[in-house]
Amino acid sequence: MSAPSSPVPAPLGSRVPLAGLAVALGALAFAVLPLLVPTYQVSILTEILIFAVLAMAVDVLAGFTGRTPLCHGAIFGVATYVVVYWSQQGGAPVTGVLLAVAAATLVAAIFGLLAIRTSGVYFLLLTLALGMIVWGVCLRWTSVTGGENGLRGTVRPELLAGHLPFYYAVFAVVGIITCVMWRFVRSPFGLTLRGIRDSESRMRALGYNVSLHLFLAFTISGFFAGLAGALYAMFNDFVSPSTVALSQSVEGLLMAITGGIGTLFGAFIGAAAIIGLENFVSQYTERWQSVLGLMFILIMIFAPQGVIGRVRDLLTRRR
Amino acid sequence: MDRRTFLKTSVAAAAAGAVAMPHVARAQGGPIRIGLMAPLTGVVAAGGREMVDGFNMYWEEHGNEVAGRKVEVIVEDDAANPDTALQKARRLVEQANVSMLFGNLLANTGLAVANYVKGNGMPYFIPIIAADDLTQRNRIKNVIRVAGYTASQFPRPLADWALKQGYKKVATISQDYTFGHEQCGGFCQTFTEGGGKVLGQFWHPLNTSDFSPYLGQLANLGADVVFAMETGADATRLMQQYANFGLKGQIPLIGAMNMTDQSVIRTMGDEVDGVVVAAHFAEGSPAPVTQSFVAAYGKKFGKLPSLYGFSMYSGAMWVDEALKSIKGNAEDRDAFLASVMKTDLTGSPLGQTVKMDDYGNPIYDVHIRKVVKNKDGKYWNEPIANYPNVSQFWKYDPVTYMKQPPYSRDFQGIKKS
Repeated sequence: MSAPSSPVPAPLGSRVPLAGLAVALGALAFAVLPLLVPTYQVSILTEILIFAVLAMAVDVLAGFTGRTPLCHGAIFGVATYVVVYWSQQGGAPVTGVLLAVAAATLVAAIFGLLAIRTSGVYFLLLTLALGMIVWGVCLRWTSVTGGENGLRGTVRPELLAGHLPFYYAVFAVVGIITCVMWRFVRSPFGLTLRGIRDSESRMRALGYNVSLHLFLAFTISGFFAGLAGALYAMFNDFVSPSTVALSQSVEGLLMAITGGIGTLFGAFIGAAAIIGLENFVSQYTERWQSVLGLMFILIMIFAPQGVIGRVRDLLTRRR
Repeated sequence: MDRRTFLKTSVAAAAAGAVAMPHVARAQGGPIRIGLMAPLTGVVAAGGREMVDGFNMYWEEHGNEVAGRKVEVIVEDDAANPDTALQKARRLVEQANVSMLFGNLLANTGLAVANYVKGNGMPYFIPIIAADDLTQRNRIKNVIRVAGYTASQFPRPLADWALKQGYKKVATISQDYTFGHEQCGGFCQTFTEGGGKVLGQFWHPLNTSDFSPYLGQLANLGADVVFAMETGADATRLMQQYANFGLKGQIPLIGAMNMTDQSVIRTMGDEVDGVVVAAHFAEGSPAPVTQSFVAAYGKKFGKLPSLYGFSMYSGAMWVDEALKSIKGNAEDRDAFLASVMKTDLTGSPLGQTVKMDDYGNPIYDVHIRKVVKNKDGKYWNEPIANYPNVSQFWKYDPVTYMKQPPYSRDFQGIKKS
């Protein structure tokens, strides 16, 4: 599944006020909502923000670079493991987070070196295999990772122990990350990535070092996935192989696709839709996974470009 | 909730843009809410279903009430995934306002939830989760194994029994994860300390479809007895292939109780005949309480009860007794937990009194049980020997025992001779 290559939605341009308004409204909703709902929903909102970062990281590659990765759950989980392991060893949370993000970035760099040689379905399969290696290591290296049982720690600093303080800390961090990522995809570097997505050979002919760009994009995307993973460690105080499993990578990708691939902000809509539905539907039926599956099929049929993509299309058509 | 209300709620919630259910305030004297988590989807869904059945069966038999308060059981699917389990635990505690959590099947889901309740003091009862350290080195005060057991608890009397049968050399085969390491460790430690020898240990990944590489080596070690620790489909395949390879009848097969649990042998044939394991519960025990439970369970669900059904049923009974003695005041957590620790389980299908040790794990009379055909021609487990008062620490002093490292692939407590 490659990114929508044809008519690239003109970079905002005429729609700036409208798009800006939507983003502001979204940010406002995330800022105010936690004050109105009970604590359990606050924890769901926290999770949505964290996973939106993972989905944005996936989107950088899948949407802006035209390479769909299936290993970002694993990169995300590496950071989670490092944070929890570090706290279990009695280390300070801040150092743990720094180490975790460094570890995730390193893993992403190594994966990047191997994966950028391929594209299309081969890229998909190679990243899938790389992700599975991480999962296998986490499952078998029992003395460090706790194997199947995983690791437990008390990661969250005392100051952020409550639901609301932690939520707003995450909100602030995610806000900064989002701004940085938005700048990143709109920078000349990001535009080059889009160029590579649309025509690799042309970019090469223009004199761009395509491999280097791909490598950097992969590593940077891994860096953001690592940040999300570190936040997730603080959220859960727990990590097990299911955090680095394939399903995690797939979930990140599905969120990006649901929201709209190549839209960045779609990640928030995708994360909210999937995590929200998971929690909402499972209250009523144990077949909630079927409901989710059905929803994905419907999205693929009626809005293959994702929620934001669909809205954009409708707005364009109206003009 | 019927479909129409479901639709209405969905629409309302969607319109509000929130995923909220109305926040229910806790009311003293109102119903006691119990959050029950079980894997209803995923690889161990069959066991999870039986957990819910056993638990509900108890409350239905007892009019869904305790000490004049209604009991409301809220079931959540943990999908056999620790992250999901954690999320569901949060929902039950923070949104559904339960007074206690119950259940989970896989050790990793239980450990995740235990870590969560450690922070908020919510009573959490685990009749199925057997991870040793939850009631040993990393004990959490509000996590209690009502009607449950630790993994290494029952293989120890089995090792003692095996030595008494004259078996001196054992080979073990086990699933390669903590639950397997712990059960094998319990067996090997007692077996070697009693003068036996471990000739070899085989660890295979979960969901092994072909056991021939292991069985070939097992056959050539010259062991007197083989100890196997298998759950679910692995147990089925191991026992089938053990028979197909002609090892059955040649080297006796003994093992961990999960291997011959009804959830496994209920669909199997002669290959399970004569396998010996140790457990607190044996559905073929002649005790009248056991037989009436087996009959009632059979009448309701059309099958013999498994460990899952039995444990949840007895766990519910334990908490029921404890609540009665404090007049159903589940909101006073300290009194509630103390009462659970003090309560002796008397009327359970075990037909014996069960006490709790100081670490929140029950002390049982353990049956050495053998798989035989009952009068209906179905295989079940009948007790052939009994070990009274077996605690999770066997004959060791708890404090000294907990100084040794937890069992793992590398540490099996094997005494060098």
